[in-house]
Amino acid sequence: MLQVRLHGRGGQGVVTAAEMLSLAAFLEGHFAQAFPSFGSERTGAPVVAYARIDDKEIRTHEPILEPDVVLVQDRTLLSVIDVFSGISPNGYAIINSADPAEQVVPELCKKLPKGHVLTVPATQFAMEKLKKPLPGAPMLSSLAAATDVFKLESVQKSFQTRYPGKVGDANAETAALAYNYLKEVIKGGANA
Amino acid sequence: MLNQIEGSLGVAKAVALCRPGVVCAYPISPQTHIVENVGKFVKEGTLKQCDFINVESEFSAMSVSIGSSAGGVRTYTATASQGLLFMAEGVYNASGLGLPIVMTVASRAIGSPINIWNDHTDSLSQRDSGWLQLFCESNQDAVDTHIMAFKIAEEVGLPVMVCMDGFVLTHAFERLDIPSQEEVDKFLPEYQPREFLDPKEPISMGAMVDPDAFTEVRFLQERKMVKALSVIERVTKEYRELTGHHSGGLLDCYNCDNATDLKLIIMGSTVGTAKDEIDRLKKEGINVGIISLKSFRPFPYEALKQAIGNTKQVICVERAFSFGARGIICPEVKRAMEGTNCEIHTALCGLGGRAIYGSTINGIVKQALAGKFTEEFTWFDINSNVLNSYLKDTEGVTFPQGPITDSQLQNSCK
Repeated sequence: MLQVRLHGRGGQGVVTAAEMLSLAAFLEGHFAQAFPSFGSERTGAPVVAYARIDDKEIRTHEPILEPDVVLVQDRTLLSVIDVFSGISPNGYAIINSADPAEQVVPELCKKLPKGHVLTVPATQFAMEKLKKPLPGAPMLSSLAAATDVFKLESVQKSFQTRYPGKVGDANAETAALAYNYLKEVIKGGANA
Repeated sequence: MLNQIEGSLGVAKAVALCRPGVVCAYPISPQTHIVENVGKFVKEGTLKQCDFINVESEFSAMSVSIGSSAGGVRTYTATASQGLLFMAEGVYNASGLGLPIVMTVASRAIGSPINIWNDHTDSLSQRDSGWLQLFCESNQDAVDTHIMAFKIAEEVGLPVMVCMDGFVLTHAFERLDIPSQEEVDKFLPEYQPREFLDPKEPISMGAMVDPDAFTEVRFLQERKMVKALSVIERVTKEYRELTGHHSGGLLDCYNCDNATDLKLIIMGSTVGTAKDEIDRLKKEGINVGIISLKSFRPFPYEALKQAIGNTKQVICVERAFSFGARGIICPEVKRAMEGTNCEIHTALCGLGGRAIYGSTINGIVKQALAGKFTEEFTWFDINSNVLNSYLKDTEGVTFPQGPITDSQLQNSCK
């Protein structure tokens, strides 16, 4: 089972991103589950959502304390809460930032295997195509690029299913930008 | 058909497949998404011949539901927490009138202090209301139980509360197999009310009953509850054969065959979390069974006695309690096991949304097998630091870390 914890702020589509993550996995025939940390929803307040992917029925409904992957949609949370709490020693962390990972989270880079801590300018990509600071789709496609847990196309299809038409298509384009960016980083290319 | 959707949408789809004629509800978290979706189906025209009635309160929602059900129409509503309390007078009237209303309770704590999160205080507060109360362990179970609930309600002639854990299930996005309209139509025929209000042939329903007959009316109502036990079993069997889904039932056993030392009795979504933990414990050579209690009212005393069998110890994992008394499930289990040597205890946990982890279940099992449940009632997941930070200054009382038993609480008051 792959367990993912998503951190962001109210209004950034964190809960939606978790749901779309589960839909992308479902579209590839996996069992998947997504749920929010049920707080009083307020714009700008820290929000946590969870997702699980497995090849058999997912029965547990406990919150995820030891994630295999942590996605941070808002960099300003890094100084506010311990977003990487309990992360698996072999886990992945992807942070929404234009700065290199070694600069953003140097301690974490030392802790996790090389190439497991990545940054991606997800908001920047979202502003380009979607014209809104909603980094969900590029964060999920970054996860796809980093782990191959599902394909870019499945992330795109999940957003296009939820938001048919222009919004879904813009999310799909944003996802492609981040996916290609991170694949390049992983290869050690231009963006590394 | 397989869908990856929110539990609330799954339940809304299930309700729509049952072709209700009236849906009336007032929004309250965490039930809101269910009725919002049903409302959308009515507006879009995917749920035909259904009036979705907006009202100004839960009291009105139940009142309208009573009116429409008395008028001979299949009726659905949903609520939670304070909303359920606000409609309580109507809740009792609906069962007294024998109206087969189906209502979702997206279980949530009751204030004050205000708390929007999940426990079972709301649904269990209506324990004696005369409604059937069916608890769901997963969203698939919730989808299926709603469809079964209409059939059970209409066959028995009593309303059914389908209790699903608020947020934990209602807001979880999962893989759900939603039956087809053809399957549901085959399973649930058009509602044929035995007696209903008709302006052309006026009758009176719910007239005053004096002391000469009130006891007998209640006795007849209780007979329906008793009949419901076999109806639930029969309808479950029929539904499982039709869909292949393993949902519903009076109770469901997991890993019970060889678990003679310990069984856990759990209601709701904690069952899934516990199943995973029980599998991990099995690898350590520890065999523990889980009895998922599905029907709380009527309470399946006989079926439970059989399920417990000759198990030495039973722990009821309870998510509500009775002030000034103890657990709510535990006394029922004791009744079922009267005359046996089975030890039965309550581990109270998961109040007001406090998460029940696999580690919580592991802790309960390890404590139980070490013989540490010496009393009937234990506050299992309580945080003594929080208590002590208040009690030390005000009363000079402190509690040690870990679970707190009933007698520790009593001694602290001396």
